[in-house]
Amino acid sequence: MAELSREQVAHLAKLARLALSDEELEHYAQQLGVILDSVAKVTEVATADIKPTSHAIEMTNVFREDEIRPSFSSETTSRNAPEWEDERFRVPRILDEE
Amino acid sequence: MSELISKNAVELAALIHSGEVTSEEVTKVHLDRIDSVDEKVHAFLFVDKENAMASAREVDAAIQSGTIASPLAGVPLALKDVLTMKDVPTTCGSKILQGWKPQYDSTVVARLRSAGIVILGKTNMDEFAMGSSTEYSAYGPTKNPWDLSRIPGGSGGGSAASLAAFEAPLAIGTDTGGSIRQPAAVTGTVGVKPTYGAVSRYGLVALASSLDQAGPCTRSVMDAALLHQAIAGHDPMDSTSINTAMPNVVDAAKNQSIKGMKIGLVKQLGGDGYQVGVRKRFDEVVELLGSLGAEVVEISCPSFEYALAAYYLILPSECSSNLAKFDGMRYGLRVGDDGKHSVEEVMSLSRAEGFGPEVKRRIMLGTFALSSGYYDAYYGSAQKVRTLIAKDFNDAFAQVDVLISPTAPTTAFKIGDKVDDPLAMYLNDVATIPVNLAGNCAMSLPIGLADEDNLPVGLQIMAPVMADDRLYFLGAVIEAALESQWGHRFIDKVPAL
Repeated sequence: MAELSREQVAHLAKLARLALSDEELEHYAQQLGVILDSVAKVTEVATADIKPTSHAIEMTNVFREDEIRPSFSSETTSRNAPEWEDERFRVPRILDEE
Repeated sequence: MSELISKNAVELAALIHSGEVTSEEVTKVHLDRIDSVDEKVHAFLFVDKENAMASAREVDAAIQSGTIASPLAGVPLALKDVLTMKDVPTTCGSKILQGWKPQYDSTVVARLRSAGIVILGKTNMDEFAMGSSTEYSAYGPTKNPWDLSRIPGGSGGGSAASLAAFEAPLAIGTDTGGSIRQPAAVTGTVGVKPTYGAVSRYGLVALASSLDQAGPCTRSVMDAALLHQAIAGHDPMDSTSINTAMPNVVDAAKNQSIKGMKIGLVKQLGGDGYQVGVRKRFDEVVELLGSLGAEVVEISCPSFEYALAAYYLILPSECSSNLAKFDGMRYGLRVGDDGKHSVEEVMSLSRAEGFGPEVKRRIMLGTFALSSGYYDAYYGSAQKVRTLIAKDFNDAFAQVDVLISPTAPTTAFKIGDKVDDPLAMYLNDVATIPVNLAGNCAMSLPIGLADEDNLPVGLQIMAPVMADDRLYFLGAVIEAALESQWGHRFIDKVPAL
């Protein structure tokens, strides 16, 4: 059912934001193909009349009052930031220069 | 080796409560033990010496002044590195979180603190809890104290090994597809996956949100019950937390008779593919149960044949989404931020360097299963199998009180044997996964050593949703019967390190 090409894996890696080497793409193409072949077995029993389950326990929305509560200070948040500047996270360039 | 470290938590708690020893002394002997053996075992990623000693002294003071009455007050514990603890490194076994110090306590940690339990440090695990051997930790594997050339199970191999190495009398694990139970089985310890929603997931770094559940890891059934009671209960910080009274697991663990109990033996979990020595110990327990007055019948759960396949679609799908947040922008590893790379390139470089091979495999598998054109066939079908598995459990529990099976198909395998063979690795979870998919609860407890390799074998007990007490009700009786046969606790046979 599932044969993954190197190009497909490269596309998945791009979607998943993983910069992979050619060697890794080759390796994962082979491994993912084998895994997908094995898990495709689920289609054998998943007939149209069965309701899918996303959560095993029945869930209802939980609401609470929208009250102001203390949050993390920028001081403690900054300690885990890779880059911090002027009370903000510094990130790489997001927009192209015109 | 101090006599104190071999004691069960309940005995230590009694000694501390009566004033015979202090929590400070008990904590100190465990820290010393970690100092002397963890080089060989590598159960810990971080040992929190100063804080542990400080909280032990606080608990001692509280016990003296009578302000703490918790049954495990003063007993030390090892915490799986997937739960946040304020200002203490939490890596999830990954390079991408190296150096990250959370700003808050997980609810599990908050409950442990209020129960007076002293946290010794953070234990090793497969990266983001993906694995069955702890070999996928970015910080090197944990060794099984029964044989240091073998795996301690996974993902919570560090927590289980810390118990078998007498580095801690209590530990916390998390179980998404067997990560508490399979390590318990291969290290000869006790592990429980509570009903989904019984223990808060707030501050538990998510692998698969619909499957993850934290639970107790111990060396005895009663210790597990006491720890279970300490951490379970409703939490408004987790919208999937169950808001009803929890079953009384501690009372259940005092049970002495299973006369008339109906026990189902799952036809699909056993037989071919299970090691001969595992089957032999399991068959003996089945006989034992009969002699103790239980009624054992075979139960067929046909959809369990599809559980592994469904799990390895649902889990990667949820994990590919959950792990998208690790992008190196607000915390964690950032690579390639040199002014020349775009933000997307920096994210891709950071994730490529920060994640190990198994995490990458599962992220891509999940990305595939959720992609348009494949979603219905893969993820959609897997969700339907989930419905069928829950139905199998419901049908079974209409006939019997609990179900049993071996916890894992084999004893501990050699480090390196399956590390680059994902399908072989995934098979370790074949018996533990159905419970995670259906949300009910299960326990693993030791039932002996396999004849061919002298390594621990685990028995799995499965009970319905919110009937966690049945695990303890049966587990306590099996443990007592086997201990009286052997003339000692199971863990007393672990080789000296």
